[in-house]
Amino acid sequence: MKDLIGIKELSRQNIEEILNTAKAFKEVLSRDIKKVPTLRGKTAINLFFEPSTRTRTSFELAEKRLSLDVLNFSISTSSVVKGETLYDTLKTIEAYNVDYIVIRHSSSGAAKFVAEHTPASVINAGDGTNEHPTQALLDAFSILEVKGRLDGLKIAIVGDIIHSRVARSNLYLLSKFDTDIRFVGPPTLLPEDAPDNVKIFYDLKEGIKDADVVMLLRIQLERQKGAFISSLKEYFHVWGLKKEAFSYLKNDVIIMHPGPMNRGVEISTEVADSSRSIILRQVTNGIATRMAVIYLLTPKEA
Amino acid sequence: MEKELLNEQEIERILNRITHEILERNKGAENICLIGIVTGGVYLAERIKKKIEQIESMNVPLGSLDISFYRDDINLSKKRKAIKPTHIPFSIDEKKVILVDDVLYTGRSTRAAMDALMDFGRPAEIQLAVLIDRGHRELPIMANYTGKYIPTSRNEKIKVYLKEIKGKDSVVLITQ
Repeated sequence: MKDLIGIKELSRQNIEEILNTAKAFKEVLSRDIKKVPTLRGKTAINLFFEPSTRTRTSFELAEKRLSLDVLNFSISTSSVVKGETLYDTLKTIEAYNVDYIVIRHSSSGAAKFVAEHTPASVINAGDGTNEHPTQALLDAFSILEVKGRLDGLKIAIVGDIIHSRVARSNLYLLSKFDTDIRFVGPPTLLPEDAPDNVKIFYDLKEGIKDADVVMLLRIQLERQKGAFISSLKEYFHVWGLKKEAFSYLKNDVIIMHPGPMNRGVEISTEVADSSRSIILRQVTNGIATRMAVIYLLTPKEA
Repeated sequence: MEKELLNEQEIERILNRITHEILERNKGAENICLIGIVTGGVYLAERIKKKIEQIESMNVPLGSLDISFYRDDINLSKKRKAIKPTHIPFSIDEKKVILVDDVLYTGRSTRAAMDALMDFGRPAEIQLAVLIDRGHRELPIMANYTGKYIPTSRNEKIKVYLKEIKGKDSVVLITQ
């Protein structure tokens, strides 16, 4: 496989290979020396056309742990503001002989476009509202680590589903396993055309009470054009996960959030810091998972 | 064409001898640990560990090492091989590490394994035990304990079958 553009195109076997490899990298990250010489002398570039600190940092650390040389190219410093097209930006970068391109872009399909025009391996770090495949992979890896399996689990995805590429990638991934998927949230934030294998809940308690995994999503005000929720305060009141929920949640439920989380909007402080939350584990696992993806991709010889 | 070079009994005798050589050279099992190179070396290391236990009544730490991340021959455009987890649940600082592998060939795997070990700590010494040495070294590396030296040509293959994976113990030379 040359590129990772979306989870949609992957088979269950591809996903399992990535998750198994991530396990080996997690072990590397537990050593005193957390770096392996595997990709020494190769180059990666992080092309971020959208602001992101966490994802970029996570990719950068993953690349450095693999001994890649890393270049960062972000919108505020780029020539895009000077009018260069994505294609010309790409050709310029190619002249540097890079082997891996990590791209985040506000347009769905940008990663695919880049992948089709370069011999380098391209990794989609989020394209518009389309996909964010490494987030879904690290989520799956985290669930697997705690629960030991994906098959047979009930997984509730709560919140702003229609604007979320994380939700979309997770939906594709979890649908390749034998999981029970629920979308939970207000009608304005849930898709009208959810796939048949997804159950829709317009009530938080009903949607999450017997779930094994609750995935919270960030309210993405920057992507919402129009009034989807009346106020953040009201959203928290109705849809925020608060400690009262522990009275009806399963004892071994795990609570996840892709970050950055808004305390007091999607999640209360008590829940975020509770023993059921694996939000920080997700951050650590992001590095191992991204190392696995980079390691497994096979750039074309230029 | 396949030719059996070692059968079950011969492999057993070799491992008995190597175990005794390890104990003789190190004056017992004090301060040593065994690390098998994935996959074959891990099972051989496990067997040596059991033999040391029988002879010296000592429990020697055992680890497994996957050297994929340290190889010098990653072809970027070729599919990667599956990786087995590395598991070294003890400190190797100031230990005598006995690295165990099934076949010693170019020496590149051993080089990779030594590089990996250095990232885990600073062993007092690294020694190498192999079941088969088939020659054709490309690096200045030799084993401290060799089961059997078998001169081969480069287009021949050596297959080591072990009970733990294949249900039988056998070393086979395959000529194309």
